[in-house]
Amino acid sequence: MTHAPANATPSPAAPAQPKRKRAMSADRRMQLILVPLVFIITVGGWEAIVRGLNVNAFVLPAPSDILLALKQGFATGLLWEALKVTMLEIVLGFILAALSALVLGTLISQIRILEITIYPYIVALQTVPKIAIAPLIVAWVGFGIESKVVIVVAVAFFPMLVNTIVGLKATPEDKIDLMRSLGAPRWKIFYMVQLPEAMPYIFAGLSIGIVLAVLGAIVGEFVGAKAGLGYQIVQMNYNLDIAGVFAVLIVLAVIGIAFDFLTTQVRRRLLFWHKELR
Amino acid sequence: MTVKTIIECRKLGKSYETIDGDPVVALEEIDLKISEGEFICVVGPSGCGKSTLLKIFAGLLPYTSGAAELLGQPITGARRDIGVVFQNAVLLQWRNVLNNVLLPADAQGLPRRDYIDRAHELLAMVGLSGFENKYPFELSGGMQQRVSITRALVHDPALLLMDEPFGALDAMTREQMNLDLQRIWMQSGKTVFLITHSIPEAVFLGDRVVVMTARPGRMAGILDIPFARPRSLDVTATPEFGRIVTQIRKMLNVEQGID
Repeated sequence: MTHAPANATPSPAAPAQPKRKRAMSADRRMQLILVPLVFIITVGGWEAIVRGLNVNAFVLPAPSDILLALKQGFATGLLWEALKVTMLEIVLGFILAALSALVLGTLISQIRILEITIYPYIVALQTVPKIAIAPLIVAWVGFGIESKVVIVVAVAFFPMLVNTIVGLKATPEDKIDLMRSLGAPRWKIFYMVQLPEAMPYIFAGLSIGIVLAVLGAIVGEFVGAKAGLGYQIVQMNYNLDIAGVFAVLIVLAVIGIAFDFLTTQVRRRLLFWHKELR
Repeated sequence: MTVKTIIECRKLGKSYETIDGDPVVALEEIDLKISEGEFICVVGPSGCGKSTLLKIFAGLLPYTSGAAELLGQPITGARRDIGVVFQNAVLLQWRNVLNNVLLPADAQGLPRRDYIDRAHELLAMVGLSGFENKYPFELSGGMQQRVSITRALVHDPALLLMDEPFGALDAMTREQMNLDLQRIWMQSGKTVFLITHSIPEAVFLGDRVVVMTARPGRMAGILDIPFARPRSLDVTATPEFGRIVTQIRKMLNVEQGID
């Protein structure tokens, strides 16, 4: 094979060809078989044990009963209404928390006097479990959706704020030097370099935030509510409808998976350029 | 016809205040005059202040004594008529190659369409035609550095400052980049101020080589390099080349040599 002269156009990254669909890897093939298999074995075994040993329904319901509760819950609209309420609390609270975290994070990272004044308080409040103020919030704001939104904000805000601040301050020195050498004004340095550079951190904060938002909504509903999935758990538990409780847990699991999927998709698009997080 | 002086400094000095006493002198008594179209190399050990000197020329650091002028104007801050290439390519990873090259236009609020043609021309000159839509993570170190050089030239600066631009590359890529840089310099007619750790690199590339010593950073001397252009790598094997490299080594009091 002859060696091309070194100063020729460097070898192109990939020849211009229509993309071949990647053949499924062996791992993936195994996964497609094993994952459902584990599910079937677990659920099947569970059903068999509960029925065989005649386990009390208040202790551990059989999967078939749980499925029934799930179907009934949606058929009567009960679970659906509860889902809507909880989702509203989560999404509203998360958006409010995220926006405040971004704005406040920007201000704190850019204005030195704000940073040295407020940051110690943030550090101090970080370690306090914000969920502990849930009863207080319910006492102040009431049993409606509003109190849950406040609790979600309280719980999701701090991690997102800290990640935003850390991210905005983590801009590598050489990129800032580069922009300064070009004579770029301060706001351009922020907008063109600091902000994109902070995206991985901000995004990590958002991922944590959404998980905490779900937590905050559910626990908030435990503490005091008139509707919602967490409220349903408390009600069903009180009525010894354990199958119903499991049905709600399944709904919550699906919500969690859906948010995670959404987060991953958005991250892939936003952070396509990042070495590790792509 | 007088040749334009691009950059000039007289008795330039830079010292830092310390908390507990005597100021630290990074640079002292630097006298240098660079004319248009010259290729000046600065070589010296770590801590001799060569990066400090470059940052002063770039307007990134203020000097504390003496004078420094770019195109007759005292240097008081960043200037739009210089281009800087750092040791790391410092590309914005979220922008593709073309957008990275056009960064100076965006940073300075200038309309992109005035610079797009030039960007394409320069990319062709460095051998990166067809890579405009690639992202930094898809490029090798040498390719990234070439994008960085292109970016430094797109706004047609009067002076190109390069701070150990090939330091992060392997030796063979480095040699190739030296040749490419010479070619780009001859084609564009730019004035170049390049800092390096490598004595052979400095002698190969420069019209003149400034030798600096450390603590405090001072000029030990300036050598004229007599080889004709364009220089091929063969020139590095000539006795004359070896003589000059040895002379510089002696000026730096280096027994074992740097490269």
